[in-house]
Amino acid sequence: MATDIIIHDKKDNVGVVVIEKITPKQVCSCWIMEDDSTVDIQSLDEIPLGHKIAMVDLNEGDTILKYGHDIGKVVKSTKKGEHVHVHNVKTKKW
Amino acid sequence: MEIPKSFLGYKRENGRAGTRNHVIILPVDDISNACAEAVANNIKGTIALPHSYGRLQFGADLELHFRTMIGTGCNPNVAAVIVIGIEPKWTKKIVDGIAKTGKPVEGFHIERTGDIGTTMKASKKAQEFVMWASEKQREECPLSDLWISVKCGESDTTSGLAANPTVGNLMDKLEPLGVHLCFGETSELTGAEKVCATRGATKEASEKFMNTWNAYNDFILKEATDDLSESQPTAGNIAGGLTTIEEKAFGNFQKIGNCKFIDVLEPAEEPTKGKGLYFMDTSSAAAECVTLQAAAGFNIHLFPTGQGNIVGNPIEPVVKLTANPLTVKGMGEHIDCDVSKILSREMNLSEAGDELIKTTLRVANGRLTCAEALGHKEFVMTKLYRSA
Repeated sequence: MATDIIIHDKKDNVGVVVIEKITPKQVCSCWIMEDDSTVDIQSLDEIPLGHKIAMVDLNEGDTILKYGHDIGKVVKSTKKGEHVHVHNVKTKKW
Repeated sequence: MEIPKSFLGYKRENGRAGTRNHVIILPVDDISNACAEAVANNIKGTIALPHSYGRLQFGADLELHFRTMIGTGCNPNVAAVIVIGIEPKWTKKIVDGIAKTGKPVEGFHIERTGDIGTTMKASKKAQEFVMWASEKQREECPLSDLWISVKCGESDTTSGLAANPTVGNLMDKLEPLGVHLCFGETSELTGAEKVCATRGATKEASEKFMNTWNAYNDFILKEATDDLSESQPTAGNIAGGLTTIEEKAFGNFQKIGNCKFIDVLEPAEEPTKGKGLYFMDTSSAAAECVTLQAAAGFNIHLFPTGQGNIVGNPIEPVVKLTANPLTVKGMGEHIDCDVSKILSREMNLSEAGDELIKTTLRVANGRLTCAEALGHKEFVMTKLYRSA
């Protein structure tokens, strides 16, 4: 099955869409680069190429992990399968 | 893949090798641009490098100006240099700095002669230089004569997933072969700065990096009027899916692969500790960063992009790669190396690294980059503060 989403690290709670877009209710195949494993996730939103999907339910104040590292904080609760971007995540710097 | 041990370059008087054979007309200051451009217009095969500064600068900012000017002239991609300034003293200082390489260089000042008389005198010398340089031949040079700088731009998540790790893979393969490597973008390591610091080859290098990053971050915090959300990440980054500076930084950081940096350079400072990877304190703006790296002596540049940055440099060829299939489709004329098959998993990182090595060597041997063919010659001086 073709890869729809790539995840850098097993610890990551977001993945990146690598096809032109995914659509709501689509069952997507996710490839985890770190250990070459595969998981499926059902999307809730339309998400374009390069944008992120929540791999788990995220609560306000949670830390987003990508590359296995802290890349910001959740500012609006987000369900597994929803789009993760500037509307629900902010930097902890600046 | 068996990596070639050599490339075809131009051997210079000081032992370095160039991937290009430019004769440049270098204005010392903004008001000498017109004369420099007139000379370059008269004498075919020369290029003028107009810029916006060089008057009433002082202190570290003036030092950086001279370092950038002299370094640009010293770059091995440059065969010979005409320097034109308004006043004799600063013009001579730059000429003397470049002359240490042993390459032909001559300076002209405009005061007391005017643009037309100076253009005539400088054009005669430029003609002599360009005809001399035109007889230079490419010769076999060891791979270690490549000084490769890297910087990414208009990044998106595909940069961090694929294009930047492709550069990292190239670094991992070429570093043991004795090349010089350089990354920069101090502000765009924000969020990944502590992880980056652990990649110093020595305690001194790590500490020097943290001091450099802290100083840059303090400057940003002092000048910031809001959360920088209009600047970092840029609108292009956000359109491409990058959400925060931390995310951008960890993507950026993929460019150095598993290499460790042996020293931290001032902007435009020439590395002096031999082969290996260096970090340079630079702005994250593409043209500023590449201009500083070229002035430090780097002779070929690798530029991964996501959404499609189009930057070039007048003396250092800029090789672009992308992993974003939409960028390849929409603006393929800017992309020298397409690694978008990493995303569809039809190509692995090592294969992509090999492709990039092949492209890099073709360009080092003389193939024009997309940016060169399209006429991109962005020469942008970094200015540290207001003039006196």
